[in-house]
Amino acid sequence: MTTTETQRAPIIARATDDSAITETLGKIWQSKPGIGGWLSTVDHKEIGKRYIVTAFIFLIVGGLEALLMRVQLARPNQTVLTPEQYSQIFTMHGVTMIFLYALPVLSGFSNYLWPLLLGARDMAFPRLNALSYWVFLFAGIFLYSSFMFGKGPDAGWFNYVPYTSLAYNPGPNIDVYALGMVLLGISTTVGSINFFVTLARTRAPGMSINRVPILVWGTLTASVGNLFAVPAVSIAFFMLWMDRQYNTHFFDSTVGGQPLLWEHLFWMFGHPWVYAIVLPAMGIVSDALPTFCRRPLVGYTAVALATVTTMVLGFGVWVHHMFASGLPILSLSYFSAASMTIVIPSAVAVFAWVATIWTGRPVFKTSFLFFAGFILLFVIGGVSGFMTAAVPLDWQLTRTYFVVAHLHYVIIGINVFPVVGGIYYWFPKVTGRLMNETLGKWNFWVMFIGFNVAFFPMHILGVEGMPRRIYTYASGLGWGTPNLVVTIGAFVFAVGILLFLVNVFVSGKHGEPAGANPWDGASLEWSTSSPPPVYNFAVIPIVASRYPLWEDRLDEGPERSSVGTGLLLDKGRETIGTTSLDAEPDVILKMPGDSYSPVLAALAMTGVFVCLLLHSWWGLAITSLLTLLITIAWLWPQHSLGQIETQP
Amino acid sequence: MTPCAIFLYVRIMRVSGSVRIEPPMAYHRTFGPAVDSITRLGWGLGIISLLVIIIIALLLLGGIFRKRGVDSAADPRQLTVRRDAGGMAWIYIGVGASSVVLIGCMIWTLIVTAAVTHPPVAPALTIQVTASQWWWSLRYLDDSPSQIFTTANEIHIPVGQPIRFELTSADVMHSFWIPQLAGKMDVIPGQTNVMWLQADHPGVYRGQCAAFCGPQHAHMALTIVAEPPEDFLAWKHSQLSDTAPPETEETLRGAQIFQTHCAVCHTIRGVSPAGLVGPDLSHLMARHTLAAGLLPNTPGNLAGWIDNPQALKPGTRMPNPILSGTELTAVTSYLNTLH
Repeated sequence: MTTTETQRAPIIARATDDSAITETLGKIWQSKPGIGGWLSTVDHKEIGKRYIVTAFIFLIVGGLEALLMRVQLARPNQTVLTPEQYSQIFTMHGVTMIFLYALPVLSGFSNYLWPLLLGARDMAFPRLNALSYWVFLFAGIFLYSSFMFGKGPDAGWFNYVPYTSLAYNPGPNIDVYALGMVLLGISTTVGSINFFVTLARTRAPGMSINRVPILVWGTLTASVGNLFAVPAVSIAFFMLWMDRQYNTHFFDSTVGGQPLLWEHLFWMFGHPWVYAIVLPAMGIVSDALPTFCRRPLVGYTAVALATVTTMVLGFGVWVHHMFASGLPILSLSYFSAASMTIVIPSAVAVFAWVATIWTGRPVFKTSFLFFAGFILLFVIGGVSGFMTAAVPLDWQLTRTYFVVAHLHYVIIGINVFPVVGGIYYWFPKVTGRLMNETLGKWNFWVMFIGFNVAFFPMHILGVEGMPRRIYTYASGLGWGTPNLVVTIGAFVFAVGILLFLVNVFVSGKHGEPAGANPWDGASLEWSTSSPPPVYNFAVIPIVASRYPLWEDRLDEGPERSSVGTGLLLDKGRETIGTTSLDAEPDVILKMPGDSYSPVLAALAMTGVFVCLLLHSWWGLAITSLLTLLITIAWLWPQHSLGQIETQP
Repeated sequence: MTPCAIFLYVRIMRVSGSVRIEPPMAYHRTFGPAVDSITRLGWGLGIISLLVIIIIALLLLGGIFRKRGVDSAADPRQLTVRRDAGGMAWIYIGVGASSVVLIGCMIWTLIVTAAVTHPPVAPALTIQVTASQWWWSLRYLDDSPSQIFTTANEIHIPVGQPIRFELTSADVMHSFWIPQLAGKMDVIPGQTNVMWLQADHPGVYRGQCAAFCGPQHAHMALTIVAEPPEDFLAWKHSQLSDTAPPETEETLRGAQIFQTHCAVCHTIRGVSPAGLVGPDLSHLMARHTLAAGLLPNTPGNLAGWIDNPQALKPGTRMPNPILSGTELTAVTSYLNTLH
C-alpha cells in the first residue's frame, strides 16, 4: 500500500445499482454467509437493524413490567405484587426504557441511516460500531441477569444512596446495576465517538456542515453530550460499587461522605441523557415531516442551532431534579431560570414544525400522523416540564405522578412516537416493502388515544398528591378512579404497540414493493435502491444542496448535486474522507472488513464485569488479559488498511 | 390488605355554613402562608400551559386541515414552495411571544420563591423530625429541658403560627411532605434541612414520605393536627406528663410483657425509657393512627398490628412477636391505658 493509493484522484463514473461495477463492489463488501458472517459483520445497516430489534425487545419487556405495575395500582390495596417485587419491577422498567430502549433505538436509526444520509459506505469505525452493539447487548443481559433470580436492582433507576448502600440493600441487586451501567457506558462512549468522527470525516463531497440532515445534528449533539455526561455516571456507579465492596465512603455520611454527591453526579449525567434520548428523535421528525408536507423544513439553521443549544443548556439544569434537597435558594433560582430557558429552543422547533405543516401540503400517511401527534405530545410534555422548572411549584409537583405524566409525555411522546413514525417512513428503505397503511392508521389512533388515556390522568393524580414509587395506596384519597383509567389506557396503548408489531411482521413478508423512493423524499438515502446494496452507493454522490433529490423543483441556484455519477472507489473497501466543515475531498479512507474482534472483545469485556461481580480474581486476570490480547489483534497494522507502508 | 380509615383525614370545614370535604393529599387548594402563593403560582402556570397547548393544537389542526388552492394537489410531485427559505416569521413571532410569557413567569416564580422562603415572623416552636424506615420520630424542642418531649407519627401544632422543622434521617433518604401546608423538603442523612409551615385553619392534615425509601415507602404517612393554641397547650401538657402506672392485674401483666418483648425498641416515658429503635409509645392512645398512618388507632387494630405486623406492613422493622393469645390481650390492654 502506498500513500498514493489513498491520495489518488478517483475516477468520476456513472454507475447505478445494475451496472457492471456493482458486482465488484458486492464482492468487496458482502459479508460471508452463515453464522460466521453474522457474528463478524461490521455493516452499519446490519448493526443498525440489530440495535432497533434489540431495543424493541427491551421495549416490550419494559412494557410488560409497566402493565404489571398498572394491574397492581388499578385499585387501592391490591396484592398482585409484593412490595419487593414492585420495587424491582419499577426499577427495571425505568432502567430498561431509559437505558436499553430509548438511546439504543436511536443509535439503531442513526447507525442504519447516517452513512446513507451522508453519502458514505459505512461509519468511520465499522468495527467499533460492532463493538458498541455487542457491548450494549451483553450489558442489557447483564443488567437483567439478577432480575431473573428475583434479585434485580430495586432502588429506582436514580439509585439514590444511602438506600443503595450495603447496609440497607444487601445482596447482588445494586452491584449488578452498578457494574452493568459501567459496562453499558463503554458501549455509549465508543458509539458516540464513532458518530462524531463519522460526521467529521465521511460526508460525501459537497455536503458541508450546513447541509447535513437534522437527524445528523440531533445524533451528533447527543453523542457529544454523552461523551461529557457518561463519565459522571460511570464514575458514580464505580464509586458506589467500591463503597459497597471495599468500604470506601464516598457516599457514607456517617464517616464524612456525602449522599448529595450521588445526586449531583447522577443528574449531571441524567439530564443531558434525557436530551440525548430525544434530540435524535426530534431530528427524525425534522427530516421526515417535510417529505409529507411537500416542502423543505422551515428554519433549517434555527432548528439545527436549537438542537445544539438545548444540549448546551441541558448541562446547566441538573439541579432541577434536586429542588427539594435543601440547597441554597440562590442556586435554586439560577437552576430554575436556566431550566425555563429551555422553552426557547424548544419553541423554535415547535414553530418550525407547525409552520412546515401550515405552509406545506400534508400527505396523510401513517408517518405524518405520528409526527403530527408527536408535536402535540411534545408541547404537553414541554409545558408540564416548564411548570416543574418553577422551584416553589416543584416542591409540590416533584416525586408525584405529575412528574410521571411529564416524563412519559416527554419520553414516549418525543421518542416512541417519532421512532414508530420513522419506522413507517424508512421501513420501505430497509426492507424494500411498504408497511400497510390501513393497519398503520389503526395503529396510530389506538396508540395515540391509549397513550393520552393512560398518561393524561396522571397529571391529575399528581395534583391530588399521589407520590411516585408507592406499591399501593389506601382508598379515600381520591386516587382510585384516575388510577383505574390510567390502567385501562395503558392496556389500550399496549394494543397499539401490538398492532405496530403485527404490521411490521405482516408487511415485512407481504408488503407492497416500495421502489427506491416511495415518498418522493429529498435526501440521499432515497437515491439508492431499497433495500440498499451492501456498499450503499455504487459511486459516491457529490452534493450541492440540502435537498439533493428536490433540486430541480427548488430555485436554489444553478448548482446541481450529482447522484448516480460520482466517485468510483473500487480498490478494496473504500469510502471518501472529506474535510470537517466544507466536506472537500481529502483522502480515500481504507475501511476494515468483517472481523471477529468486536464480538470477542465485547465478550471478554463482559467477562471482566462478571468476574468483578463474582469477586473471581483469577477470572478477572484471565478476562482482562483476553481483552488486552483481542485489542492488540484488532489494532495490529493491516496491509489492506494502509497501516503498513510498502516499499515502492 | 388493610383498609385505611382515611375518614380521619377528611377535613370538615365550615365555610359560610356549608361543609366542604376534600381528599387529604390534594394541593390545588391549600391552607397556610408557606404554600398559598405557590398554589396560586401553580394555577397560573397551569392555565398558561393549557392555553399554550390549546393554541398549538389549533395551529396544528389549522395547518393540517386548512383549505389550499385547488390545483395544488394536481401533481403530487409538486412542492409547495420554490425556495428553502420562508416561514421564518412563524419562528420569530412564536418564539418572541413565548419568550415574553416565559420571562413573566420566571419573575413571578422568583417572587414566590422569595416570599415563601422565610416565615413572616420568627417561629416560636421548633420540631425536630427524624425520619426512619418507615415512620417519623418527632421531638418538640424548648429552651427549658423539662419542656422537651418526643412522640411519633402525629404532629400537633397551634394554628396561625409559623412552626420551624429541623429534618434529619436515621437511615436512608426520605422527604417530608404535607401538601396542604407546605412543599416537600428532603430528609437527607448527614445533614439537617430546615423548613417552616403554618396552618391557618384548624383541622387534621395528612402528610406522606415522598422520596422512595424502600419497600414500605407506600406506608410512611403522618398526621398533622392543627388546633387552637389553648388546645395545643393542653395536648402538650398531657404529652409532658408521665403515663399512669398500670393498675389492674391484666395491665400489670401487660406491662411486664412489654418490658420483656417490646421495651428494647420502644420507649414509654416514666415506665420504660430505653428503646430508641421504634416509635415512642408514651401516650399512644392519643394518636389517630398506628404504624405511620397504616391503620386507624382502635383497640382491635392495635391487637392485630402487634400480633402480625409483617402481614400488615411486609418488611416493617417490627418483627412478629411470639405472644400467646392471653399475652397479646394483656399487652394490648396495657397499651390501651396510655392516654
